[in-house]
Amino acid sequence: MSSEMYARIRENPKFKELVSKRERLAWTLTGIVLVLFFGLFLTVAFNPAVLAIKLGDSYVTTGLLIGLIQFIFFWILTAVYVRRANSEFDALTADLLRESSKGTK
Amino acid sequence: MQKTLVKLASGLVALGITGAALAGPVMETTQKQPLNIPAIVMFAIFVGMTLAITYWAASRTKTASDFYTAGGGITGFQNGLAMAGDYMSAATLLGLTAMVYTNGYDAYLFMIAFFVGWPIILFLMAERLRNLGKFTFADITSYRLDQGKVRTMAAIGSLTVVCFYLIVQMVGAGQLIKLLFGLDYHIAVIVVGVLMVVYVTFGGMVATTWVQIIKACLLLFGGTVITVLAFSQFGFSFNTLAAKTIELHKLKDMLFAPGKLLQDPINAISLAMGLMFGLAGLPHILMRFFTVNNAKEARKSVLYAAGFVGFFFNVILLMGLCAIVIVGTNPEFFEGGTVGGKIIGGGNMVAMHLAKAVGGNLLLGFLAAVAFATILAVVSGLALAGASAISHDLYARVIKKGNVSEAQEIKVSKMASFGIGLIAVVLGIAFEKQNVAFMAALAFGIAAAGNFPVLFLSMYWKDLTTRGALAAGYGGLIAAVVLVVLSKSVWVTVFGYASPIFPYDQPALFAMPLAFLLGYVFSITDKTPRAAKEREAFADQWVRAQTGFGADGAVSH
Repeated sequence: MSSEMYARIRENPKFKELVSKRERLAWTLTGIVLVLFFGLFLTVAFNPAVLAIKLGDSYVTTGLLIGLIQFIFFWILTAVYVRRANSEFDALTADLLRESSKGTK
Repeated sequence: MQKTLVKLASGLVALGITGAALAGPVMETTQKQPLNIPAIVMFAIFVGMTLAITYWAASRTKTASDFYTAGGGITGFQNGLAMAGDYMSAATLLGLTAMVYTNGYDAYLFMIAFFVGWPIILFLMAERLRNLGKFTFADITSYRLDQGKVRTMAAIGSLTVVCFYLIVQMVGAGQLIKLLFGLDYHIAVIVVGVLMVVYVTFGGMVATTWVQIIKACLLLFGGTVITVLAFSQFGFSFNTLAAKTIELHKLKDMLFAPGKLLQDPINAISLAMGLMFGLAGLPHILMRFFTVNNAKEARKSVLYAAGFVGFFFNVILLMGLCAIVIVGTNPEFFEGGTVGGKIIGGGNMVAMHLAKAVGGNLLLGFLAAVAFATILAVVSGLALAGASAISHDLYARVIKKGNVSEAQEIKVSKMASFGIGLIAVVLGIAFEKQNVAFMAALAFGIAAAGNFPVLFLSMYWKDLTTRGALAAGYGGLIAAVVLVVLSKSVWVTVFGYASPIFPYDQPALFAMPLAFLLGYVFSITDKTPRAAKEREAFADQWVRAQTGFGADGAVSH
């Protein structure tokens, strides 16, 4: 029974839409996080001087600022994902399940 | 002087690996201090509260689902707090503050590495975990593979992580409590063991979650209060604080620049990978994805958890910096009153001294009680994760092949938690005088190389077969263990050889790709009929992972 349901869901075009949209968002955000994070760590390893520059006449260095920005920015990205997934994707999933459980069209 | 500093720094590196999740910050044998009455009173209040909650939770813990996952009735916000609590241990508070105090900016980099696993676990795993799993992450890895073999492997991975982690926690607890409360090491270890068993056996996941939530609130509150009080001395101006710290600190201008800790690129990347993917392989964190009702709440959990963890790490940065000025210039906190000498109780006590300096004995007592509560909450989560692996995976699914009543399964998990408590106490006492820092590296390394790759492949890769999963899981586990044994923390520190064979602190960069490779090779060469069926079963699993249809405890549509 559920295997049939799974097959029906799979054949529904909304399933492809859901999967491709969500996968695209998830992997894009993952990519952004990994590139920025490993970028920072590679800078630490190969060109630490870049992170030691003082901003203006304050004591805040580029490294500190970039670190803080990473904390905030990564958290905002989680919020972006949660927001889209909990509204758009969940609505799409609900539609998809409703249509599929109506039985064969 | 220089030499001690280097030694301290390398000790802290080991600690950093262990990091956020574990509580063994005090690796050196500590000096017993006079009884600290306010701390003991506040801790007693905490214990009283948590026991009351356990009593209440016991009446609501009837089914297996109540026991393992609080019946799925935890909200995203509560679960977020509990997850953050599981991740922020006494080592986060004490170890990372000490690291900021000694190393400045390098500690901030460590904290970013600890933090970055959260967004990744959300994007790639959170909803799939919730949609596919029931009680343990082995539910997911064994979803379409051989139940007996794959579950056994996942349970071994879980139990190894839990075991090493628990030892570090117990030893840390004993040392810390000796120092903070003036209690005997053995008493401390036994108290932690007994309370942990009581929470878990009587209150199951409901009690464990609430203990964790209360502790997370206390920790966030305590840390924030101390930071606000300390930072107020600088008129809440970062520049004033920074100017003072640079003037006083040995690193001078380099305090806010990358230093020695992460100089070696391979070491830095391996460490970052271990911390990041270790998070996604820690059984007690993964288990929390099953305590919420649906994927929506699972996602929210991570949002809140990441928010709390990120906030707290930045609080710790400020705490450490304030301590450089406030603690670092006060002879009261140095042995023999020599400013710049050895800090009383060791480097990890910086946060405690700061609490005393800005809030007197009351705040010190409060923070000490919070540190103890933190250890207690983390070990409870670990014990429950271990007990679930034994009762749900090994007993109910592997030994009894699913033919077991719920009551019987719960009974076994209670016996298992009792057993784990007993083992934790015995090992905690046995390892009293040992340097257990390596066990933390091991726990994260095994989580990243043993648990994570199989979990990831089982969710994402259609062609994974039982043979591939076993190769990846056991291969990653063995590689992580071997590399840690050959690394400095065991080869040099424990065995006493002059130089390590494996020159890095974390095995993840090597062990993790190896696990993926083994999983790949052993899967694609698997031509058995069963392998074909396993590949076929992926299609339905994929739909369930994506839509939550058929998910356990999901809201019906």
